[in-house]
Amino acid sequence: MDLGLDLGPHASFIWSSYAVVTVVVGVLIAWLIVDGREQERRLSELAARGVKRRSQR
Amino acid sequence: MQQSLTQRLANPTRFMELSAAMLPWVAAAAAVVIAYGLYLSFFVAPPDYLQGETARIMFIHVPCAWLSMAVYALIAMSSFGLLVFRHPLADVSAKTAVPLGAAFTFLALVTGSLWGRPTWGTYWVWDARLTSVLILFFLYLGLMALRSSIEEEQLASKLTAILALVGIVMLPIIKFSVNFGNTLHQPASVIRAGGPTIDTALLTPLLVMAVGFTLMFVAMHLKAMRNEILRRRVKALQIAEVERAQAAQLAAAE
Repeated sequence: MDLGLDLGPHASFIWSSYAVVTVVVGVLIAWLIVDGREQERRLSELAARGVKRRSQR
Repeated sequence: MQQSLTQRLANPTRFMELSAAMLPWVAAAAAVVIAYGLYLSFFVAPPDYLQGETARIMFIHVPCAWLSMAVYALIAMSSFGLLVFRHPLADVSAKTAVPLGAAFTFLALVTGSLWGRPTWGTYWVWDARLTSVLILFFLYLGLMALRSSIEEEQLASKLTAILALVGIVMLPIIKFSVNFGNTLHQPASVIRAGGPTIDTALLTPLLVMAVGFTLMFVAMHLKAMRNEILRRRVKALQIAEVERAQAAQLAAAE
């Protein structure tokens, strides 16, 4: 990967740094989205069984 | 009586409403600022006169390092809010910031190591700065381990908050670690008395990336807090469902 950039003899260190940050940030974002959907799903299941918060009754 | 912003946000329901409105804007702002920062980092910023192209690692390493400490400060403040003011959202804030802070500390260590190899000739040295940041990373892991090892949620919250407040001693140690002892790490060049020593051509992309990463953390933290509030609602409803079923069984048996 060079995107037309000449980053010199240590380019692999630069690209590796950006790749690690991209992967970790990507995993964090994916985890947050999946976790949010899971909690919403559980709340919906409970609501479907008639278990609701006082404010929703 | 007029409520303060903190008091208004202390209500989880109101927080959910406000955060739902804010989250898309903060996330979009983070994406735009980081994209602009990456453009500046790779296409505008010149190579450093001494380190050459490898100085571009600074544009992600330094924001991660700043966040590793700023997130810990947020956790300590939230912990204080929990222990002293019993702020309903303080524990949610502290709990959800820990894995995010651990991730940014991990990234600061890894990108620093990848920057250190071509610059210093080694991935790692046991000097004051690197070692103190590694201890901060272990502290984050310790906070997660302590919380997950205690089943009773209120006790877990309090004990984790106490550890978080004790651990704040790491922040000045990390900040001033480059001023004492032998270290390969450069001294502070941006946040220092007398102003930054770094050239504007490199400082501008660095600050843009720092703002972008901070916005990204805010968006992640808002989302994580929303998830945690939903998780607590699910747990409370599950307990209520079990109690209702037990009461119905008792009534049927009588």
